[in-house]
Amino acid sequence: MKRTLRSPAVWLFLALALVPLAAKLGAEGYLLSLATRALIFAIAALSLDLILGYGALASFGHAAFLGIGSYAVGILAAHGTGEIVLQLAVAMVAAILFAAATSAVSLRTSGVYYIMSTLAFGQMLYFLGVSLSAYGGDDGMSLAGRSRVLGTAFLESDGALYYVVLGVLVAFYAGARRIMGSRFGRVLSGIRENPVRMRAIGFEPFRYQLVACVIAGCMCAVAGVLLANQTGFVSPAYMTWQRSGELMVMVILGGIGTLWGAILGALAFLVLEEVLSGLTEHWKLILGPLLVMVALSGRGGIAGVVARVQRLFHGRGVR
Amino acid sequence: MSAALLSIEDLHKSYGSLRVTDGVSLAVRAGELHALIGPNGAGKTTLIHQLSGVLPSDSGRVVFDGIDVTAFSLPERVRIGLARSFQITSILPAYSVLENVALAVQARSGSSFRFWLPVADERALNEEAEQRLAEVGLLRRMQDRAGALSHGEKRLLEIAIAIATAPKLLLLDEPLAGLGQEESRATIALLKQLKSRFTIVLVEHDMDAVFALADRVSVLVNGRVLASGTAADIRSHPAVRVAYLGDEEVV
Amino acid sequence: MSTALLLVQVLNGLQLGVLLFLIAAGLTLVFGVMDFINLAHGVQYMIGAYLAAMFVAWTGSFWLGLALTLPTALAFGLLLEVLIFRRLYGRDHLDQVLATFGLIIFLNQAVKVLWGAAPLSVPMPELLSGSVRLMDGLLYPVYRLALITVGLCSALGLSLLISKTRVGMLVRAGASNAPMVSALGVDIGRLFMIVFGFGAMLAGFAGAIVAPILSVEPGMGDNLLILTFVVIVIGGIGSIRGAFIAALLVGLIDTLGRAFGPQLLRLMMEPAAANQTGRSLAPMLIYILMAAVLFFRPSGLFPVRQ
Repeated sequence: MKRTLRSPAVWLFLALALVPLAAKLGAEGYLLSLATRALIFAIAALSLDLILGYGALASFGHAAFLGIGSYAVGILAAHGTGEIVLQLAVAMVAAILFAAATSAVSLRTSGVYYIMSTLAFGQMLYFLGVSLSAYGGDDGMSLAGRSRVLGTAFLESDGALYYVVLGVLVAFYAGARRIMGSRFGRVLSGIRENPVRMRAIGFEPFRYQLVACVIAGCMCAVAGVLLANQTGFVSPAYMTWQRSGELMVMVILGGIGTLWGAILGALAFLVLEEVLSGLTEHWKLILGPLLVMVALSGRGGIAGVVARVQRLFHGRGVR
Repeated sequence: MSAALLSIEDLHKSYGSLRVTDGVSLAVRAGELHALIGPNGAGKTTLIHQLSGVLPSDSGRVVFDGIDVTAFSLPERVRIGLARSFQITSILPAYSVLENVALAVQARSGSSFRFWLPVADERALNEEAEQRLAEVGLLRRMQDRAGALSHGEKRLLEIAIAIATAPKLLLLDEPLAGLGQEESRATIALLKQLKSRFTIVLVEHDMDAVFALADRVSVLVNGRVLASGTAADIRSHPAVRVAYLGDEEVV
Repeated sequence: MSTALLLVQVLNGLQLGVLLFLIAAGLTLVFGVMDFINLAHGVQYMIGAYLAAMFVAWTGSFWLGLALTLPTALAFGLLLEVLIFRRLYGRDHLDQVLATFGLIIFLNQAVKVLWGAAPLSVPMPELLSGSVRLMDGLLYPVYRLALITVGLCSALGLSLLISKTRVGMLVRAGASNAPMVSALGVDIGRLFMIVFGFGAMLAGFAGAIVAPILSVEPGMGDNLLILTFVVIVIGGIGSIRGAFIAALLVGLIDTLGRAFGPQLLRLMMEPAAANQTGRSLAPMLIYILMAAVLFFRPSGLFPVRQ
């Protein structure tokens, strides 16, 4: 119990659970909408950290899965199916197939070639979305309403959507932690640390990396389903390389390979965007150098800083 | 005559016009410690890479335990019992010493596609890892980060990881590299113990170690086997003395 | 499909190709020699275009403007190198991605502040304006022909520079093994600066010469950046020759694919389906090409490093 209380993630989740109350007290639905959106990207960033942080697989096409999830909702809704269970199932199956097929090719490369390979596949999906004029093409399409949950209009309430998103985030976080502590997680991290050593004890890296990519893609597709519900809109713009780049930035900003860092990174990025754009219309002039400074400082992102502060308070603690 | 556990048949490897491995043929008998010596640049490490599957060969065959493994990848060879250690230490520095060895045990104990149960709690893995560590004398360091070990301890860890894969044959690439007097003696003693359990191919420059441990010795010069026989034979072999003159200390 | 139409598109493809090469050359060298992922290379191209717009407007002369742009673009590139990039050499690629991503965000906004968000136009130089008759029924702009010529000459010049000069040899050596070059006593910091500055200048040059025929606007470098990365990956990182071949390949395939894709498909399927498929596939073609190249050659066509 004590170790659980020490985990910064738990405090974060508790704080997040209180947001809707703060929303009721203060600003209008805008705060809740921002928070919901931030948490959805936190799920996407978390899924990316699984392969980027733990697998050292820098995917520059991860936003494609946000697109897969969103379009699963949009396409099924356009054909009369608004049931979220079905939409989730379709999204996950599509994500698994896409991740397996594209990773099978991308994983044959490494380094920047891998990054570009994932980018290529992300771009292909983006252009596919743009060309689907039946589903809005470049302009995208609006959704009539939120997905039905087992036939009910449960998600129509903003508060309900927020808690569902938070619930998914917490569940995925716990699941990701579990995976990282399992046999599979140990192998994946080992492959990142020293692939030759792993091969020299009998592990073939490819299959483990492939499975990791599939899991991450699947998680991100779920975030995509939630995104479509939050924005009420489906568009290829969810899958641009800039979006994929932003996801990477969120993970790096938060601190790669820590899982909860990815969550913080996503929250920080989106909140910063919101706050700064309120201050000045030229907020990007501040955000840009901020990112540069974080990169130059080399302190492992926000999670790295927090870890340092923790060590100060708890003395010579564990890493 | 003891059956050949590892049979190397006319192995070749060239980089452009440079012939690094130039028709090497060798037989390693089951149960023996076979030393591979030769001057720098003779192609010893390249040969080890070819035998372990790190480098593909241009031509020739490698037959291990009756199986033609020439086309096998490194993991495939390890899984059938052909393991190696590295000349330049290759461990997982961020993992603990115990975890490093436990991973090697994990690789051959069932599927690693398990996502739920914490692997750190798997008693069977940890116990076996601890045994291996005890054998090399690293048990007291088992909780420490592998990256924090001294050079000598890391060399021992290399050996522990290799034997944790439960091999039939160990390819040891200069296990004494960079070790001081004390550590060398301790490692030689360890290798003496391991001799009885595994077939070993030992690449080494340290002649004390070679002549203290080896049942048979093969001398590699310019990618070819110059001579092969018992330690005594090699010591007095005229061509071997010539090859080493000016290059290494001849015992 | 007439010969004239085909020729026009081939020339357009070549023009895109040489443009991509000018930008890719610097990027592939920076990556090859310094192992540095520079996402901000695209803004280097954009800055060149903006500088050209500014100087041409100041001086009233395209040539004077161009002459002023080159050293300024070089200076700007060196400024970025000294202030930011040299602290990132040897660091994790992801930190480089983060920093250069931040730089893109900052510079795209900065040009908006300095020059406004509306696209600028740069008047074409008198000497090169107008069209020339290449064959019956085919008029092609002189300027675009000039671009192709300049691009090809630059490629030749660069390849001579790389293969025949001492600096070029050091760059080639650095691209295949930088630590070794440093160990041999070469001032690796100075070499990096030269490579970086030159690459930045080439990208700026590309932006400047293309300014009269494209609209100069914030973010113009972003999509070209991605195309450039595709080029250097297909060509093999660190290889000028690879960048050249890949750039022409990408330029031609992208242009011809978009122009004639639907038509070709109409030979195989119904018009409606062909149009739809053509529209989907055309922009994807170069990515499919890259994925295919990487499948057979995971390090590109002419990799420099082992």
